Amino acid sequence: MHIPDGFLTPATYLPAWLASAGFLAGFLKRLAGTLQDRAVPLMAVLAAFIFAAQMLNFPVYAGTSGHLLGGVLAAVLVGPYAGAVIISLVLVVQALVFQDGGLTALGANIFNMALVGSFLGYFIYAGLVRVLGSARRLWAAGAAAWFSVVLAAGLCGLELALSGTAPLELVLPAMLLIHLLIGLGEALITVAILQAVFRVRPELVYLS
Amino acid sequence: MNKKELLFGLLIALVLAFLFSPLASSWPDGLEKVAEGLGFLERGGPAAPAPAPDYLVPGIRSEALSTALAGLTGTLLVFGASLGLAALLRRKRAR
Repeated sequence: MHIPDGFLTPATYLPAWLASAGFLAGFLKRLAGTLQDRAVPLMAVLAAFIFAAQMLNFPVYAGTSGHLLGGVLAAVLVGPYAGAVIISLVLVVQALVFQDGGLTALGANIFNMALVGSFLGYFIYAGLVRVLGSARRLWAAGAAAWFSVVLAAGLCGLELALSGTAPLELVLPAMLLIHLLIGLGEALITVAILQAVFRVRPELVYLS
Repeated sequence: MNKKELLFGLLIALVLAFLFSPLASSWPDGLEKVAEGLGFLERGGPAAPAPAPDYLVPGIRSEALSTALAGLTGTLLVFGASLGLAALLRRKRAR
Protein backbone atom coordinates (compact mmCIF):
# COMPACT_ATOMS: atom_id res chain seq x y z
CA MET A 1 0.00 0.00 0.00
CA HIS A 2 2.78 2.41 -0.92
CA ILE A 3 0.93 5.60 -1.86
CA PRO A 4 2.42 7.21 -5.01
CA ASP A 5 2.68 10.94 -5.65
CA GLY A 6 -0.54 12.42 -6.92
CA PHE A 7 -2.96 10.48 -4.70
CA LEU A 8 -2.73 12.85 -1.72
CA THR A 9 -3.21 16.61 -1.57
CA PRO A 10 -0.82 18.86 0.42
CA ALA A 11 -3.46 19.34 3.11
CA THR A 12 -3.09 15.62 3.81
CA TYR A 13 0.54 14.88 3.04
CA LEU A 14 2.10 17.87 4.77
CA PRO A 15 0.66 17.10 8.22
CA ALA A 16 1.62 13.44 7.66
CA TRP A 17 5.20 14.53 6.88
CA LEU A 18 5.33 16.65 10.01
CA ALA A 19 3.90 13.95 12.25
CA SER A 20 6.22 11.27 10.87
CA ALA A 21 9.30 13.47 11.09
CA GLY A 22 8.44 14.44 14.66
CA PHE A 23 7.84 10.89 15.83
CA LEU A 24 10.95 9.55 14.10
CA ALA A 25 13.14 12.28 15.58
CA GLY A 26 11.86 11.31 19.01
CA PHE A 27 12.44 7.62 18.32
CA LEU A 28 16.02 8.23 17.15
CA LYS A 29 16.76 10.33 20.19
CA ARG A 30 15.44 7.62 22.45
CA LEU A 31 17.39 4.90 20.62
CA ALA A 32 20.59 6.91 20.88
CA GLY A 33 20.36 6.41 24.61
CA THR A 34 19.02 2.89 24.86
CA LEU A 35 19.85 0.78 21.80
CA GLN A 36 21.08 -2.63 22.90
CA ASP A 37 24.31 -3.90 21.32
CA ARG A 38 22.71 -7.05 20.02
CA ALA A 39 20.11 -5.00 18.17
CA VAL A 40 22.68 -3.47 15.78
CA PRO A 41 23.36 -6.44 13.44
CA LEU A 42 19.80 -7.67 13.85
CA MET A 43 18.43 -4.30 12.67
CA ALA A 44 20.58 -4.45 9.53
CA VAL A 45 19.65 -8.04 8.67
CA LEU A 46 15.97 -7.39 9.36
CA ALA A 47 15.91 -4.26 7.23
CA ALA A 48 17.60 -6.10 4.35
CA PHE A 49 15.22 -9.04 4.70
CA ILE A 50 12.12 -6.85 4.87
CA PHE A 51 13.21 -4.88 1.80
CA ALA A 52 13.73 -8.14 -0.11
CA ALA A 53 10.47 -9.65 1.15
CA GLN A 54 8.53 -6.55 0.13
CA MET A 55 9.55 -7.24 -3.48
CA LEU A 56 7.95 -10.67 -3.33
CA ASN A 57 4.32 -10.06 -4.11
CA PHE A 58 2.11 -13.06 -3.56
CA PRO A 59 -1.26 -13.48 -5.28
CA VAL A 60 -4.15 -12.85 -2.89
CA TYR A 61 -7.42 -12.77 -4.75
CA ALA A 62 -8.64 -12.40 -8.35
CA GLY A 63 -5.86 -10.33 -9.89
CA THR A 64 -4.66 -8.72 -6.68
CA SER A 65 -1.36 -9.29 -4.93
CA GLY A 66 0.10 -8.37 -1.59
CA HIS A 67 3.45 -8.48 0.10
CA LEU A 68 4.88 -8.57 3.59
CA LEU A 69 5.08 -5.21 5.36
CA GLY A 70 7.12 -6.59 8.23
CA GLY A 71 6.22 -3.97 10.82
CA VAL A 72 5.20 -6.31 13.62
CA LEU A 73 7.94 -8.79 12.68
CA ALA A 74 10.56 -6.04 13.06
CA ALA A 75 9.11 -4.56 16.23
CA VAL A 76 8.85 -7.92 18.02
CA LEU A 77 12.51 -8.66 17.25
CA VAL A 78 14.14 -5.26 17.83
CA GLY A 79 11.48 -3.33 19.73
CA PRO A 80 8.92 -0.71 18.68
CA TYR A 81 11.35 2.19 18.28
CA ALA A 82 14.01 0.40 16.25
CA GLY A 83 11.26 -1.45 14.36
CA ALA A 84 9.63 1.77 13.22
CA VAL A 85 13.03 3.21 12.29
CA ILE A 86 14.03 0.31 10.02
CA ILE A 87 10.63 0.18 8.32
CA SER A 88 10.99 3.94 7.69
CA LEU A 89 14.47 3.41 6.28
CA VAL A 90 13.14 0.74 3.91
CA LEU A 91 10.37 3.13 2.81
CA VAL A 92 12.89 5.94 2.20
CA VAL A 93 15.08 3.75 -0.04
CA GLN A 94 12.02 2.43 -1.88
CA ALA A 95 10.76 5.96 -2.57
CA LEU A 96 14.12 7.56 -3.46
CA VAL A 97 15.67 4.77 -5.53
CA PHE A 98 12.76 2.73 -6.87
CA GLN A 99 9.83 5.16 -7.00
CA ASP A 100 7.86 2.70 -4.90
CA GLY A 101 5.79 5.16 -2.90
CA GLY A 102 5.89 8.86 -3.71
CA LEU A 103 8.17 11.50 -2.24
CA THR A 104 5.28 13.78 -1.30
CA ALA A 105 3.48 10.74 0.11
CA LEU A 106 6.53 9.45 2.01
CA GLY A 107 5.39 11.03 5.28
CA ALA A 108 1.99 9.34 4.96
CA ASN A 109 3.56 6.02 4.02
CA ILE A 110 5.88 6.20 7.02
CA PHE A 111 2.94 7.13 9.21
CA ASN A 112 0.82 4.21 7.98
CA MET A 113 3.39 1.45 7.74
CA ALA A 114 6.10 2.38 10.26
CA LEU A 115 4.34 4.36 12.98
CA VAL A 116 1.06 2.44 12.86
CA GLY A 117 2.19 -0.79 11.16
CA SER A 118 5.28 -1.29 13.30
CA PHE A 119 5.25 0.94 16.40
CA LEU A 120 1.54 0.68 17.21
CA GLY A 121 1.60 -2.92 15.97
CA TYR A 122 4.12 -3.71 18.70
CA PHE A 123 1.78 -2.48 21.41
CA ILE A 124 -1.07 -4.53 19.98
CA TYR A 125 1.30 -7.51 20.21
CA ALA A 126 2.39 -6.64 23.74
CA GLY A 127 -1.21 -6.16 24.86
CA LEU A 128 -2.23 -9.52 23.39
CA VAL A 129 0.73 -11.25 25.04
CA ARG A 130 -0.44 -9.86 28.35
CA VAL A 131 -3.97 -11.19 27.76
CA LEU A 132 -3.07 -14.54 26.21
CA GLY A 133 0.10 -15.30 28.16
CA SER A 134 3.62 -15.49 26.76
CA ALA A 135 3.17 -19.16 25.84
CA ARG A 136 0.82 -17.92 23.12
CA ARG A 137 3.04 -15.10 21.92
CA LEU A 138 3.10 -16.48 18.37
CA TRP A 139 -0.68 -16.18 18.23
CA ALA A 140 -0.35 -12.66 19.58
CA ALA A 141 2.23 -11.84 16.91
CA GLY A 142 0.06 -13.27 14.13
CA ALA A 143 -3.00 -11.38 15.27
CA ALA A 144 -1.02 -8.15 15.70
CA ALA A 145 0.54 -8.58 12.24
CA TRP A 146 -2.88 -9.05 10.66
CA PHE A 147 -4.35 -6.15 12.57
CA SER A 148 -1.44 -3.83 11.76
CA VAL A 149 -1.95 -4.35 8.03
CA VAL A 150 -5.70 -3.78 8.26
CA LEU A 151 -5.18 -0.64 10.37
CA ALA A 152 -2.58 0.76 7.99
CA ALA A 153 -4.90 0.07 5.05
CA GLY A 154 -7.79 1.79 6.79
CA LEU A 155 -5.63 4.82 7.48
CA CYS A 156 -4.49 4.86 3.86
CA GLY A 157 -8.17 4.83 2.81
CA LEU A 158 -8.90 7.74 5.16
CA GLU A 159 -6.01 9.76 3.72
CA LEU A 160 -7.25 9.14 0.18
CA ALA A 161 -10.73 10.28 1.20
CA LEU A 162 -9.36 13.36 3.01
CA SER A 163 -7.53 14.27 -0.19
CA GLY A 164 -10.78 14.00 -2.15
CA THR A 165 -9.20 11.28 -4.29
CA ALA A 166 -12.06 8.86 -3.68
CA PRO A 167 -15.26 8.96 -1.61
CA LEU A 168 -14.78 7.62 1.92
CA GLU A 169 -17.76 5.25 1.73
CA LEU A 170 -16.15 3.51 -1.25
CA VAL A 171 -12.42 3.68 -0.62
CA LEU A 172 -12.43 2.76 3.08
CA PRO A 173 -14.32 -0.55 2.77
CA ALA A 174 -12.42 -1.42 -0.43
CA MET A 175 -9.04 -0.91 1.26
CA LEU A 176 -10.10 -2.76 4.41
CA LEU A 177 -11.62 -5.68 2.52
CA ILE A 178 -8.62 -6.52 0.36
CA HIS A 179 -6.21 -6.06 3.26
CA LEU A 180 -8.18 -8.47 5.43
CA LEU A 181 -6.77 -11.04 3.00
CA ILE A 182 -3.31 -9.53 2.54
CA GLY A 183 -3.06 -9.40 6.35
CA LEU A 184 -3.43 -13.18 6.48
CA GLY A 185 -0.26 -13.51 4.42
CA GLU A 186 1.43 -11.01 6.74
CA ALA A 187 0.38 -13.05 9.77
CA LEU A 188 1.56 -16.36 8.30
CA ILE A 189 5.00 -15.06 7.30
CA THR A 190 5.45 -13.18 10.58
CA VAL A 191 4.57 -16.24 12.67
CA ALA A 192 6.76 -18.58 10.60
CA ILE A 193 9.84 -16.39 10.98
CA LEU A 194 9.26 -15.58 14.65
CA GLN A 195 8.72 -19.26 15.43
CA ALA A 196 12.11 -20.05 13.92
CA VAL A 197 13.88 -17.21 15.77
CA PHE A 198 12.18 -18.03 19.09
CA ARG A 199 13.34 -21.62 18.71
CA VAL A 200 16.87 -21.13 17.41
CA ARG A 201 18.01 -17.80 18.90
CA PRO A 202 15.54 -16.66 21.56
CA GLU A 203 18.25 -14.50 23.16
CA LEU A 204 18.19 -12.20 20.11
CA VAL A 205 14.62 -11.12 20.77
CA TYR A 206 13.92 -7.66 22.16
CA LEU A 207 13.04 -7.49 25.84
CA SER A 208 10.87 -4.58 26.82
CA MET B 1 23.96 -12.26 16.59
CA ASN B 2 27.54 -13.14 15.61
CA LYS B 3 29.29 -12.32 12.34
CA LYS B 4 28.44 -15.67 10.78
CA GLU B 5 24.76 -15.19 11.54
CA LEU B 6 24.88 -11.65 10.21
CA LEU B 7 26.30 -12.83 6.90
CA PHE B 8 23.89 -15.76 6.76
CA GLY B 9 20.94 -13.41 7.32
CA LEU B 10 22.18 -11.03 4.65
CA LEU B 11 22.67 -13.95 2.26
CA ILE B 12 19.06 -15.06 2.73
CA ALA B 13 17.86 -11.52 1.96
CA LEU B 14 20.09 -11.30 -1.12
CA VAL B 15 18.91 -14.67 -2.43
CA LEU B 16 15.27 -13.62 -1.95
CA ALA B 17 15.87 -10.28 -3.66
CA PHE B 18 17.97 -11.63 -6.53
CA LEU B 19 16.53 -15.05 -7.32
CA PHE B 20 12.93 -14.75 -6.20
CA SER B 21 11.99 -11.16 -7.05
CA PRO B 22 11.63 -11.91 -10.80
CA LEU B 23 9.12 -14.64 -9.85
CA ALA B 24 6.93 -12.36 -7.73
CA SER B 25 3.30 -11.85 -8.70
CA SER B 26 2.92 -8.96 -11.13
CA TRP B 27 -0.72 -8.47 -10.23
CA PRO B 28 -1.47 -5.01 -8.80
CA ASP B 29 -1.26 -4.73 -5.02
CA GLY B 30 -4.20 -3.91 -2.77
CA LEU B 31 -3.98 -0.13 -3.14
CA GLU B 32 -3.38 -0.24 -6.91
CA LYS B 33 -6.34 -2.57 -7.34
CA VAL B 34 -8.60 -0.25 -5.35
CA ALA B 35 -7.29 2.75 -7.32
CA GLU B 36 -8.05 0.90 -10.54
CA GLY B 37 -11.53 -0.07 -9.39
CA LEU B 38 -12.45 3.41 -8.17
CA GLY B 39 -10.84 5.08 -11.18
CA PHE B 40 -8.11 7.18 -9.57
CA LEU B 41 -5.10 5.13 -10.61
CA GLU B 42 -4.07 7.60 -13.33
CA ARG B 43 -3.76 10.41 -10.76
CA GLY B 44 -0.60 8.76 -9.54
CA GLY B 45 2.72 9.72 -11.08
CA PRO B 46 6.23 10.34 -9.83
CA ALA B 47 7.04 13.83 -8.54
CA ALA B 48 10.75 13.37 -9.23
CA PRO B 49 12.95 11.01 -11.25
CA ALA B 50 14.62 8.02 -9.58
CA PRO B 51 17.58 5.81 -10.53
CA ALA B 52 15.61 2.57 -10.92
CA PRO B 53 11.86 3.17 -11.17
CA ASP B 54 9.64 0.12 -10.57
CA TYR B 55 12.62 -1.97 -9.48
CA LEU B 56 14.11 -2.01 -12.98
CA VAL B 57 17.75 -1.15 -13.46
CA PRO B 58 17.82 0.90 -16.67
CA GLY B 59 19.75 -0.30 -19.70
CA ILE B 60 19.24 -4.02 -19.14
CA ARG B 61 17.20 -5.77 -21.77
CA SER B 62 16.10 -8.77 -19.73
CA GLU B 63 13.36 -7.64 -17.35
CA ALA B 64 14.05 -10.54 -14.98
CA LEU B 65 17.73 -9.67 -14.70
CA SER B 66 16.91 -5.99 -14.35
CA THR B 67 14.55 -6.72 -11.44
CA ALA B 68 17.03 -9.13 -9.87
CA LEU B 69 19.80 -6.53 -9.98
CA ALA B 70 17.49 -3.88 -8.52
CA GLY B 71 16.68 -6.30 -5.71
CA LEU B 72 20.34 -7.03 -5.08
CA THR B 73 21.34 -3.35 -5.07
CA GLY B 74 18.41 -2.28 -2.92
CA THR B 75 19.01 -5.02 -0.36
CA LEU B 76 22.68 -4.08 -0.01
CA LEU B 77 21.77 -0.40 0.21
CA VAL B 78 19.19 -0.97 2.94
CA PHE B 79 21.57 -3.30 4.79
CA GLY B 80 24.40 -0.79 4.70
CA ALA B 81 22.23 2.17 5.64
CA SER B 82 20.58 0.43 8.59
CA LEU B 83 23.88 -1.01 9.84
CA GLY B 84 25.42 2.46 9.68
CA LEU B 85 22.47 4.11 11.39
CA ALA B 86 22.27 1.47 14.13
CA ALA B 87 26.02 1.63 14.77
CA LEU B 88 25.80 5.41 14.99
CA LEU B 89 22.97 5.26 17.52
CA ARG B 90 24.86 2.65 19.49
CA ARG B 91 28.02 4.80 19.57
CA LYS B 92 26.08 7.77 20.82
CA ARG B 93 24.95 5.68 23.75
CA ALA B 94 28.50 4.60 24.56
CA ARG B 95 29.64 8.20 24.94
